[in-house]
Amino acid sequence: MITRRRLLVLLPAAALAWEHVLAGTPESAPNYNRAEHWWGMLMDIGKCIGCGNCVRGCSAENNVPEGYFRTWVERYHVADWRQETPQVDSPNGGKNGFPPGTAVGGKNFFVPKLCNHCADSPCTQVCPVGATFDSPDGVVLIDEKYCLGCRYCIQACPYGCRFLHPTKHTAEKCTLCYHRITKGLTTACCENCPTGARQLVDLKNPADPIHEYMKTHSVQVLKPHLATGAKVFYHDLDGSVR
Amino acid sequence: MTKFKDAEHLIRLAGAFAIGIVVFLLLRSYFVPRSFGQYGHYRGDALTEIAAKPVSYAGHQTCEVCHGDVLEVKKAGKHAGVNCEACHGALAAHAADPASVVPKLPDTAVLCAQCHEQNIAKPKSFPQVVSKEHSGGVDCKICHQPHSPLLAPGGKK
Amino acid sequence: MPVNGFMYPNEIELQWSVLIVIYPFVTGLVAGAFILASLERIFHVDAVKPTYRLALLTALSFLIVAPLPLQLHLGHPERSLEMYLTPHKSSAMAMFGFVYLWYLMVVILLEIWLDYRHEIVLLWQRSTGLKRLLYRVLTLGSSNISEGALRVDDRVGWVVTLIGIPSAFLLHGYVGFIFGSIKANPWWSTPLMPVVFLFSAMVSGIAIVMLLYMALMKIRRQPIDMRCVDTIAQYLLYTFILDFAMEMLDLIHRIYESDESFRSLDFMVHTKLYFSHIVLQIILGTMVPIAMLGFLQVVKVPERARRMAYAVAGCLTIIGIFAMRWNVVIGGQLFSKSFLGYTTYKVDLISREGVLIAAGLLILPFVILAVLMKILPPWHERETASAD
Repeated sequence: MITRRRLLVLLPAAALAWEHVLAGTPESAPNYNRAEHWWGMLMDIGKCIGCGNCVRGCSAENNVPEGYFRTWVERYHVADWRQETPQVDSPNGGKNGFPPGTAVGGKNFFVPKLCNHCADSPCTQVCPVGATFDSPDGVVLIDEKYCLGCRYCIQACPYGCRFLHPTKHTAEKCTLCYHRITKGLTTACCENCPTGARQLVDLKNPADPIHEYMKTHSVQVLKPHLATGAKVFYHDLDGSVR
Repeated sequence: MTKFKDAEHLIRLAGAFAIGIVVFLLLRSYFVPRSFGQYGHYRGDALTEIAAKPVSYAGHQTCEVCHGDVLEVKKAGKHAGVNCEACHGALAAHAADPASVVPKLPDTAVLCAQCHEQNIAKPKSFPQVVSKEHSGGVDCKICHQPHSPLLAPGGKK
Repeated sequence: MPVNGFMYPNEIELQWSVLIVIYPFVTGLVAGAFILASLERIFHVDAVKPTYRLALLTALSFLIVAPLPLQLHLGHPERSLEMYLTPHKSSAMAMFGFVYLWYLMVVILLEIWLDYRHEIVLLWQRSTGLKRLLYRVLTLGSSNISEGALRVDDRVGWVVTLIGIPSAFLLHGYVGFIFGSIKANPWWSTPLMPVVFLFSAMVSGIAIVMLLYMALMKIRRQPIDMRCVDTIAQYLLYTFILDFAMEMLDLIHRIYESDESFRSLDFMVHTKLYFSHIVLQIILGTMVPIAMLGFLQVVKVPERARRMAYAVAGCLTIIGIFAMRWNVVIGGQLFSKSFLGYTTYKVDLISREGVLIAAGLLILPFVILAVLMKILPPWHERETASAD
């Protein structure tokens, strides 16, 4: 129960702490040392319900322009043994959830996707000027003040996670909510996921329970044959997922 | 000496090239940002700029500072793993100034269906209903308490 | 809906437009025209001498236009200097900036200057007013056109042309590598891409010089040197056969291996790219010109008919090579990387990357060439068709 007394103590304290976080001065937030982190994400296909909360949350947190997606959800229908030709849809990236659909029988599931923050990213390899890069803590970022808008990185990404911002005219994509994870928060998509299908993982943190989970359960990455060193891992990823 | 004289124009050309290279190097030292190359082939300042962007979702740990009572109810129920802002929306502004920024209560008639409306692709074990058949259009919170939604035996909240 | 099947949500809109089709087309013409010029200088194919200077000026005209489609396409053209100031060494695009600069400065401009220097000095002495100033600047202040100096020019020019051949290969091979090195896109990703680009560049460059020579001689009411044109047509045929062989090798390999992407790409070629790929590029743009040129090698045909045939074959070739660039660039973006769907490309008329701008960029090199020909005439009026 919130008592008036409690509130009088808590409000100013909370507000003060938040001032620092909102002002974006990470020095005041718990000390963040880039060398101590190596970020990734774990998706549990068996838990995703396709509610689209992650897409809406990302959009609100990062001012994602309408019609473009830093993250999105796909729905798969696999009729039988043929893995190469599933039926897939992603109405508005899953932002407004999914309509009931006409699929009958077979395997049906949702697959959330985002930038895989590859350890050997093909997108940073091709940037002509160094506007997109791999941060020391494993996040692939874009310097919007330096990007020319040549779109070579968008062509080089095998996962379709990049787009050109329609008004800034620079490349854009998921930043793994770098502005949040460096302050001890989780990403907007993980915060909003109601089932825990999306979980941030710090692969350098020995105590990270998600990292432990990955070591003891079967996980896959998208397009492993391209050897991108993808750091978004999927548990229970069906072979039909493109 | 005649050899030199015959190649004079080439020496002038070489000179023009040399001037061009010097101009290029001067441009380089002037235009390349100071922090470029600090951590790798990119502008080092970009890391701090990106990390300094404003936050919209406060995160459930912050909500729990003030709303511990709700947490107690939620912890024991089926929505234990659902974070506050997943339903209540982005509330960092409210956390920063709780008195003036008053969040609007979500509309349960619309909100609940986003997760719980039946869909063939949702995991079979996930609680889902065809809302028309389940409640005939009645607002979910008439029967279900959102923070602890499972009905007790006998249909009580 | 512009989408058939499924595409990743961010893939629906094309990233590289018709301007990025024009860019490899134009750089290809540069490389091809230069290779033709080098045939005379290095390999002593005297028959093509009348087109030597024309080929160099053509290469320069297209080289000047080449960066323009790129600048018009960039989201922030004002930042394009960054490619020279902080080039990312692992990026083929960044390294190409320097290949382009090298080719412009050290190969084309230098070779043209050395070959024309004699006339530039004479024109300086004979002109008045603004023209005199222009020629004076071009002499770099030196008026030495003695025997010795001209011998030096010739020797150095020979070395520049020699270096120029691998440089031309690098110039357009690199463009092929910019596409060919993208493992994310199976339509582009093949080691044959730089090779196919290079050979098709040579074909288009040789064809355009041949067409320009015939057209210009007609405009100037001068007789066309048939020995010259016959020889160019021969080299065009040889290069074409090599080009076609490379393209067929790529195609047969894809069909045989039939990997993950094949079904999707095959469907795309037979539907969305049917006209541009099968009809324009393969049939009209390659097989018909090869057949015509091949026929003319074995059957004696009178001069006038031969000229007509060369003109037709040349035009079809140019169209076919443009179609090839279109099929690579646009085709590579029409299919989804999930191999489950396709999108459509609509070119605007008036926008920054629209049809009008594209047409303008294709016409501009000829305007530049006309200006260059006025400043640096490739032929003297008194020269007969069979030159010294």
